[in-house]
Amino acid sequence: MTKHVAIEGLNTSIPSVLSRRQVMIGAAGLTFAVALTRVDDAFAAVSAVEMTGRPLSPWVSIMSDGTISIMSPATEMGQGSTTSLPLIIAEELDADWSKVRIVPAPPIEALYGNPGFAGQMYTAGSNAVTSYFRPLRIFGAQVRRVLLDTAANKLGVPAAELTTEPSMVVHAKSGRKLSYGDIASIADVPAKAPEIKPEQLKRPSEFRLISKDVMRAELPNKVNGSAKYAIDVQVPGMLYGAVLRTPVEGGAPDKIDESKVRSVDDVIRVVRLPYGVAVLAETAWAALAARRALDGAVTWTRIGMGWGFDSDAGMEAFAAAASTPKVPATEWDRQGNPLEEITKATTVLEATYRCDYAYHAQMEPLNAIASVSPAGDAVELWCGTQSQSLAVEATAKVLGIPRDKVKLNYYLMGGGFGRRGHRDEEFIVDAVLLAKEAGRPVKVLWTREDDVRNGRFRPITAHHLRAGLDATGKLVAWHHRVAGDRVTPYMDTVRFQQGGGRDYILMRGVELRSYDIPHQGTDQLYRDTGVRTSPLRGIGFTANKFVTEAFLDEIAQKRGIDPVAFRLELLKNTPRGRKVVERVAQMADWGRKRDGRGLGFAFIDYSGTLTAGIAEVSLDRGSGQIRVHNFWCTLDCGIPVQPDNVVAQTESSIVYGLGVSLTERISIKDGAVEQSNFYDYRVPRMNEVPIMHIEIIATDNHPTGVGQMATPLVAPAIAGAISQLTGVRLRHTPFTPERVKKALA
Amino acid sequence: MGINFTVNGKAASTDAPPATALLWVIREGLKLTGTKFGCGTGLCGACMVHIDGKRAFSCQTQMSEVAGKVVTTIEGLSLDSSHPLQKAWLAEQVPQCGYCQSGQIMSAADLLNHNPRPTRDQIVEHMSTNICRCGTYQRIVRAVERAAREA
Repeated sequence: MTKHVAIEGLNTSIPSVLSRRQVMIGAAGLTFAVALTRVDDAFAAVSAVEMTGRPLSPWVSIMSDGTISIMSPATEMGQGSTTSLPLIIAEELDADWSKVRIVPAPPIEALYGNPGFAGQMYTAGSNAVTSYFRPLRIFGAQVRRVLLDTAANKLGVPAAELTTEPSMVVHAKSGRKLSYGDIASIADVPAKAPEIKPEQLKRPSEFRLISKDVMRAELPNKVNGSAKYAIDVQVPGMLYGAVLRTPVEGGAPDKIDESKVRSVDDVIRVVRLPYGVAVLAETAWAALAARRALDGAVTWTRIGMGWGFDSDAGMEAFAAAASTPKVPATEWDRQGNPLEEITKATTVLEATYRCDYAYHAQMEPLNAIASVSPAGDAVELWCGTQSQSLAVEATAKVLGIPRDKVKLNYYLMGGGFGRRGHRDEEFIVDAVLLAKEAGRPVKVLWTREDDVRNGRFRPITAHHLRAGLDATGKLVAWHHRVAGDRVTPYMDTVRFQQGGGRDYILMRGVELRSYDIPHQGTDQLYRDTGVRTSPLRGIGFTANKFVTEAFLDEIAQKRGIDPVAFRLELLKNTPRGRKVVERVAQMADWGRKRDGRGLGFAFIDYSGTLTAGIAEVSLDRGSGQIRVHNFWCTLDCGIPVQPDNVVAQTESSIVYGLGVSLTERISIKDGAVEQSNFYDYRVPRMNEVPIMHIEIIATDNHPTGVGQMATPLVAPAIAGAISQLTGVRLRHTPFTPERVKKALA
Repeated sequence: MGINFTVNGKAASTDAPPATALLWVIREGLKLTGTKFGCGTGLCGACMVHIDGKRAFSCQTQMSEVAGKVVTTIEGLSLDSSHPLQKAWLAEQVPQCGYCQSGQIMSAADLLNHNPRPTRDQIVEHMSTNICRCGTYQRIVRAVERAAREA
């Protein structure tokens, strides 16, 4: 943990004036490593790296002093990819990590697109490391090969006699060494990238960086106030903007009473937008005062389907439909013949579960800065986004200009959790529209109240489950009906269509393939309330795994067997799953009874990562207040690229899961959000979190995600613990004190 | 008429209206952007600074209250990230998104100024004013304990 790495400012300024000759030289040097490179893409990549050394590939350039610049294709919201992706290249390149500088990649999908998101530059789904792992290793190895071949020529020895030490080529026979910096200054980059076969990559035992901990690159700037987020940016001549948005999606401003706004000093003007009313002011404080003055000053045309929606009534309608078999549903997933087998079962269990809307609550309220050219034909952006691609596309679309007229500067994000990756990137569009209107750069600030009321939420879902056991008590058939507010088609219609019209964000996590349940199936009851929805950390897993794990507990209870023993039985064909379960039970001393405290358990297979958790919980029966004292968690994510960060992400996931299990709840009345800030949307504080005991079960499998996998463990584990303590099963998240008291009554 | 005060040892003044929150003057006026806007209502602590040596929500402090006062922001805690808390924060790899961490560190510095060897319970009680949505709480406790030990 002593190695420090420099990080470039997270803006990707591209020099706008480059000679034709520079472009062609760059293009010639860049045609290897990526097959799809077009000349203009290469131009941009060269531009981005040209100040930082000799480009040996679109990903790596090396200066004669040995400094190595490596591109970072992912955006950073605290998950650590800014360190871990360049580190994967550095590993196969055998770079001296202390000489590495990390450069944010420009928005060029052909070079830097995420293979896990159809080539878009998109950071989500805990999939950066897992999707980029193989290609980045190959890119690193290719550059190393170029350096080896160049050194072989220089030294007049066969390349096969050369090895590398960090940033050094070594000829052991003659004792001669050449540094990467020296080689880079004479290297001939071949027109075609050298071929690297999988067996030529390092074996895990040879890793110097992967699975060892390094200092996360941007951390030193995060303890002294110098780390830059979009909200920190100021550009010359800029105005400040704030927006009162329609409370319900689809609405538009009708009458605007500007009188109170006009009395605020330094306000420039009020701007009518298609979806709201904005104020523009010379100072931040004037903009915020004017924004407050807008509250209650606008009436809305009730266009859009969400008007009139009430989430309590909506939930009950969902639950009624889910538990009524004749209400039509679409098959989402099936193995065997669950419906038929349930009718043959000796014992049938059923239960209905509910999960409320939840809000991201990223600490940095949404914001963006834009500057539009006088002719409206070009724009520069400063923002924090989970997708460079979508930021550029949404902006180009709203202005009706080509993508290459959008210059993107992207920054660290004060949290993402899924909020900043919608196709419309509406918080960026705010700034674009207002900058165009103002003829000056505009920084748009959302207040926390704006961020809550215009939030996009984890959807409400109601679930009806049925399970069939045979005469021996074996779970033979399982059927699950989910009525849920749609997410994917709202957040991204293109992705929804590309995904075959399936709502993955809502539904993922219902499948139980790790478990030996011969007949299993899930149906979806598609619902569209008009409420703004979003992927939120854990996506469908958080609701779906709460429901499926808690219902499995109910089955174990019915059979009179231990919930952990039951999972081990179900995991008979999933040895990695058994291992995380056995280990977490051991860590928590599962069999030991605690005075006044209950234990609950959950297991999840989440995009290849296997994780298990145990919560130790007490309950104040008078108030209905639940307290989680300890949480044990094991996790097998294959090769843990940065082990301490895997632990940190897991701690973070558990705390996030705690909030959506116990206190976090958004409710809707007449289509509008009832909550507004941290007093009525309560996220966990330090005095509410358990002591967390986390162990990584490292294996040599391909690395899988770690950014959110433990979040869905928390609710079912707490529900199990409460059941152990009281015999009552909590079936509606969050488990607020009122609900707990009602369930106990 | 401007309002005069001291920030990180330097004289500062602003012509912002007296009811303006110190937070916005620090961030947008003085360009000391380490202090963050999180909730605007004194609920999250991202805006925490020291005023005359005690922690304060800069989003809840009007400029009229700051006249003649001494304000310290994260940028003024040390010149070179050498404060024991800053070192401990890195040793424990505390920050994730990092947005709340200036406020966390300023809260913790206030605690150690008044109680150099806090118990775990005292740390938890004091630090529960500050929200970290990434949930770095367990590491914050460790870092404060480390700073108290190593200071």
